[in-house]
Amino acid sequence: MKLFKNILESVKPHFVEGGKLEKYYPVYDGFATFLFTPGHTAHSGAHVRDAIDLKRTMVTVIFAMVPALLFGMWNAGNLHYSALGLAESMTFMDKFLWGALKIVPMVIVSYGVGLGVEFIFCIINKHQIQEGFLVSGMLIPLIMPIDIPLWMVAVSVVFAVVIGKEVFGGTGMNILNPALTARAFAFFAYPTYMSGDKVWINTSGAEGQTIVDGFSGATVLGSYATGGEVQYSTMDMFLGFIPGSIGETSTLAVLIGAAILLYTGIGSWKIMLSGLIGALAMGLLFNTFAEYAISPEQQQFMAVPAWQQLIMGGFAFGLVFMATDPVSAAQTERGKWIYGFLVGFFAIMIRVFNPAYPEGIMLAILFMNVMAPLIDHYVIQANINKRKKRLATVKAS
Amino acid sequence: MAEVKEVKKEREPLFGKKNRLLITDPLNDSNPITVQVLGICSALAITVKLYPALVMSISVLFVLGAGNVVISLMRNLIPNRIRIIVQLVVVASLVILVDQVLKAFVYDVSKELSVFVGLIITNCIIMGRFEAFALGNTPWKSFLDGVGNAFGYAWILLAVAFFRELLGSGQLFGYQIIPESWYLSEGGFYSNNGMMLLPPMALITVGIIIWVQRAKNTKLIEEN
Repeated sequence: MKLFKNILESVKPHFVEGGKLEKYYPVYDGFATFLFTPGHTAHSGAHVRDAIDLKRTMVTVIFAMVPALLFGMWNAGNLHYSALGLAESMTFMDKFLWGALKIVPMVIVSYGVGLGVEFIFCIINKHQIQEGFLVSGMLIPLIMPIDIPLWMVAVSVVFAVVIGKEVFGGTGMNILNPALTARAFAFFAYPTYMSGDKVWINTSGAEGQTIVDGFSGATVLGSYATGGEVQYSTMDMFLGFIPGSIGETSTLAVLIGAAILLYTGIGSWKIMLSGLIGALAMGLLFNTFAEYAISPEQQQFMAVPAWQQLIMGGFAFGLVFMATDPVSAAQTERGKWIYGFLVGFFAIMIRVFNPAYPEGIMLAILFMNVMAPLIDHYVIQANINKRKKRLATVKAS
Repeated sequence: MAEVKEVKKEREPLFGKKNRLLITDPLNDSNPITVQVLGICSALAITVKLYPALVMSISVLFVLGAGNVVISLMRNLIPNRIRIIVQLVVVASLVILVDQVLKAFVYDVSKELSVFVGLIITNCIIMGRFEAFALGNTPWKSFLDGVGNAFGYAWILLAVAFFRELLGSGQLFGYQIIPESWYLSEGGFYSNNGMMLLPPMALITVGIIIWVQRAKNTKLIEEN
């Protein structure tokens, strides 16, 4: 650490006012405060005292995602070798390394491109670099399929950072969750690489390796949507031995992350809990009305037990890591209950009613992101009205 | 006998400074799409490819230019209370003319544009110019204003269509620009951006044009 400090101190004169690299001060500042707690503090006026700042918050969220990331690496390798019929002969490390070799480049591309775009905007706008992208940069690879070309990841990241965030004024001003914006962009721009039953498992074997008979790469949700047979048990779904986006498959890994977020108080338990309730409510509604489905596929999907909907697809991942995004979620405490409930509610509804978009949680969260300011407005308005009424009764008596 | 003061009318040259402004202003400072935000629906609907966008631009150019002149000629005859109806009749007749010509000579494009030719009638730019300009100005000035606004509309349309066709289908005016060998199906690495073909992307493209325009043209930034 001493080494970093020395380097930072030695280059500092170039970046401060009057130095030749003055324009790039935001870059310097971004690195310096990332590595060390900044030495300057606010001297006057009221300000919140807290040991945690934006960077520490972001790093905590990244730690919470590590279980999902590591599991995703192993799972990608496992599914790849299973598809080739080699799952038995490969060791744990083989599978993990195969996955890591595919996923680490995605993480690097995501961070490199995203931070690059952010730095450029900070230099143009002359504002400090905010670390909003630290989480998004990790989330984006986790919600992509394993086989997506790297340049598509890069294009999606550029779109998410520019249109999803910088247009609105940078970190903290965005209406939509940037990571989900990237995924939605990729989903609509390159549908053949983002949906269907070919993209979730890498099946390109070396010479002499062939795909096993009866292999299907469909996700659980995809199978339900098209009326296919689901070949995974409930336990598989919970532990995550299923095809899907890289980080979303294992509900267990996501739960570990959720525990970290809840323990540190960074994720809102209200959103998570109400999202859970919303999803269960919709699931139970579907169970009740399953017999009125318009097609046999839909009936089969509607009859899925409500609790099982929670462990299929990216529901858990989205609810824990993306619905709780403090910027794009509802801000008021009562608003969070409504927001979370509707996220869960719509996620299951879209998933079942629209087979073209099996991953309902993505669209549900984006939709509720847009609605969050409306919810907040009415919650605040209701509070004002309540107080006005109280004031009136006090005056009258 | 009361003295009537003769108001001396200045004769302006046909392309005097003021008249030239009528054409150049709508291209940038008061662009109908990016500044006044009119005529957005057609900008979203027919900008998937360049050719229909070009045909649409020419149609609007004709309707707006001719319509402005007609309204301007009649401006002292139209009773104020029924002026909207009169404007509608004028624009509708012109649009029917355009529609028939398109059907006769470029049937394919006419089919592609479908209702949007008919919907030129409701294009806010046209009614807007009739109301705001042609009703109070001489025919020549109205003509210039109509042409200027149509050009302002056209260049945005073509710019949006350029990006949407290039990125969405890899073509320009139907000619393949991005080499076939680049595509993944041919063993390359490239894939067309399907989202460019969807209307939301037209909205975002127009938004980016507005963004760039305002960054360059500081006159447009509102004070608040």
